[in-house]
Amino acid sequence: MHTSSTSTAPDEGTQLLLSHFDDLDQQHLTSNLGMWFFLVSEVMFFSGLIAAYTVYRALAPDAFKLGSHHMAMWVGFFNTLVLLTSSLTMAFAVRCSQVGDRRGIVRNLILTALLGTIFLGVKASEYKTEIDHGYLPGRSFHVSEHDAEVLKAASLDANGNLDEAKFSRNKGQFQMMFVLYFFMTGVHAFHMIVGIAAVLIFAVLIRIKWFSGFGTTQVEVLGLYWHFVDVVWVFLYPLLYLIE
Amino acid sequence: MSASALAHHDGPPADYLSDSTVASWLLTTDHKRVGILYMISVTVFFAVGGLIAGLMRLELMTPKGDVLATPDSYNRMFTMHGVIMIFFFLVPAIPSVLGNFLIPLMIGARDLAFPKINLLSWYVYIIGGLMGVWILIFGGIDTGWTFYTPFSTMYSNTMVVTAAVTVFITGFSSILTGLNFVVTVHTMRAPGMTWFRLPLFVWSHYATALIMVLATPVLAISIVLVGLERLFHVGIFDPKLGGDPILFQHLFWFYSHPAVYIMVLPGFAVISEIIPCFARRPIFGYRFIAFASVAIAIFGFLVWGHHMFVSGQSMYAGAVFSILSFLVAIPSAIKVFNWTATLYKGSIKFDTPMLYALGFIGLFTIGGLTGLMLASLAIDVHVHDTYFVVAHFHYIMVGGTTMAYLAGIHFWWPKISGRTYPELWGKLSALLVFVGFNLTFFPQFLLGYLGMPRRYFEYRPEFQVLNVMSTAGASILAVGLIMPLVYLLLSLRQPRNAGPNPWGATGLEWQVESPPTTHNFHEPVLVTCEPYLYSPEEAEREYAHVQHVHSS
Repeated sequence: MHTSSTSTAPDEGTQLLLSHFDDLDQQHLTSNLGMWFFLVSEVMFFSGLIAAYTVYRALAPDAFKLGSHHMAMWVGFFNTLVLLTSSLTMAFAVRCSQVGDRRGIVRNLILTALLGTIFLGVKASEYKTEIDHGYLPGRSFHVSEHDAEVLKAASLDANGNLDEAKFSRNKGQFQMMFVLYFFMTGVHAFHMIVGIAAVLIFAVLIRIKWFSGFGTTQVEVLGLYWHFVDVVWVFLYPLLYLIE
Repeated sequence: MSASALAHHDGPPADYLSDSTVASWLLTTDHKRVGILYMISVTVFFAVGGLIAGLMRLELMTPKGDVLATPDSYNRMFTMHGVIMIFFFLVPAIPSVLGNFLIPLMIGARDLAFPKINLLSWYVYIIGGLMGVWILIFGGIDTGWTFYTPFSTMYSNTMVVTAAVTVFITGFSSILTGLNFVVTVHTMRAPGMTWFRLPLFVWSHYATALIMVLATPVLAISIVLVGLERLFHVGIFDPKLGGDPILFQHLFWFYSHPAVYIMVLPGFAVISEIIPCFARRPIFGYRFIAFASVAIAIFGFLVWGHHMFVSGQSMYAGAVFSILSFLVAIPSAIKVFNWTATLYKGSIKFDTPMLYALGFIGLFTIGGLTGLMLASLAIDVHVHDTYFVVAHFHYIMVGGTTMAYLAGIHFWWPKISGRTYPELWGKLSALLVFVGFNLTFFPQFLLGYLGMPRRYFEYRPEFQVLNVMSTAGASILAVGLIMPLVYLLLSLRQPRNAGPNPWGATGLEWQVESPPTTHNFHEPVLVTCEPYLYSPEEAEREYAHVQHVHSS
């Protein structure tokens, strides 16, 4: 255990060793592990919701399937691509920090933030469309004629007559799909906003040479967070858009 | 500023208490100081929660409602009692006070892994706490600390959303503390401090921290859902709109059952340090106790359904949760048996911490055994939501956590403050707390078994005798709990007379001065042996000495 190897050492600005650590290796390990465990707790945030979604979907397959059909699959696909690309640029930024390329870090961080903003923009336009169609849960929730027909078809009793109680339950469960959709994507979007802010702050601080960003700690830990947000979307997209 | 300046002077470095400016306390990143900040704040919250408990016991002295005037105010009282005691005392007490203070010392580190996050967690806790007090003053909340839907989302006319925000915020404090502990134990151990040389205190806190990190976010999310449902009525817990109120119970207990272990595992941590020290014997079955902590943490996540036996879940789910709940008894019993085996043929010194620790074992055993009764599906249906349940969880959480917290405070007080306290008063307080506690809560087992429901404001006259006993016990308990506050504070007026190791204990924290210096250790620590090396010969000598003194 001695100070980190010199091959990737920055040529200007050295990483600050905080006084309670023995060496940079320990500091690096600690920061990384801290972020990993934080992300584990973040996973638990989403997993309660994903579990709730899965159970509700199993209990009401017809309503949820209808809800899924209203998701713009190709828009989601485009967004997935955007987000995956942003993970790539984030990985580039981490690499640049390791080899001590200041301009590279800043450029890639800004690209990452830009792609993240595009994702959010697309998401916002999706929300707009959905809200216009009355899919926002609550008092303004509106089941269109077409949806009502489909739900009626799924609410027939053994004799082929409409079961009113079942129909109204199905309508409720159709709304539930959107409750979970808005909540899960909303929490994800919140994480994106935090991430974009953090990325931009890093870009500015590195640009004004407030700290170098070189080495293996700060930018790498930021990258971990960004990749996590990406991975959550990789679970949400199939769950909400793709499952038949 | 002046602390670091002092530390760089020639001569001995200053201890962590030497800089007494307010700013140096409020901006500190020293784990010991953060521990002290927590100690002061949990004491305040404990006093508030205890005061409310006293009011409730007064109310319940007679079968008619006469002290708190309306059932509504009674509902607000027990809710605030629960919220304050659980989220602001029981959950943070041992980890945030003793854990913060001791974990770095015990593993030979200069500080926790993230000192600033540690301070942040205290501020987050204080913000949550102030909101809690604000709720208490301006209106209150009447749902019970469990926030059960649909009452909390549709019918309650009280400050549910504010309370939800409070709990959400406080949860983050818990997550940050847990995160800090896990990472500290992984990366900050001194050379030679292998996993199996860690004191059991650290093992227990490691297990606790894992639960904090994994369970708390689920509570946070379910609390957000309650807030959303209440504000916008989106129907997530409303069957009319396709939701299910039971979903809340699943999410809530997925946190809140493991949370019981967040409260009691740190208690085990303290007891595992005190028992070997005062029995003068190495702890029996070190690895079993260590793994039992982790096992409890894991099982804790699998048993939430035993809170829902009468919620209409299927019989089979009930049976599975019942069996899993029984399984938690195994690692818990391993610990109790190992403590007992450590005591066996030990030369036991009955000092204050030991009295509290023995009291802990007694109360925890009663609480644990009645826990088995509650885990049995059939018995639970009979005593569900009665005072039997109240007595059970008070035995575990108050009997367990509070006794262990007091044991730990007395044990490490010389290390924390550098002062000793009057042993006689300490012993008396331990005795009063034990007697008062049993007199308060044992009658409640009987009350519950006879059918007195919990959370009721009035009750049938035949329950009065037991209720009066309970209230009488509460007043004894109150005296026992106020005493340490007085004599520990008074001890601060005397000179520092404790010395580094007043109990003759092993462990790294006893090898530094009392109180420790800011960065704990003057030179790098190298650990070469296992913990709890209390030699029988040394105990023999001490015992002979005591005999000699007595006979002369």
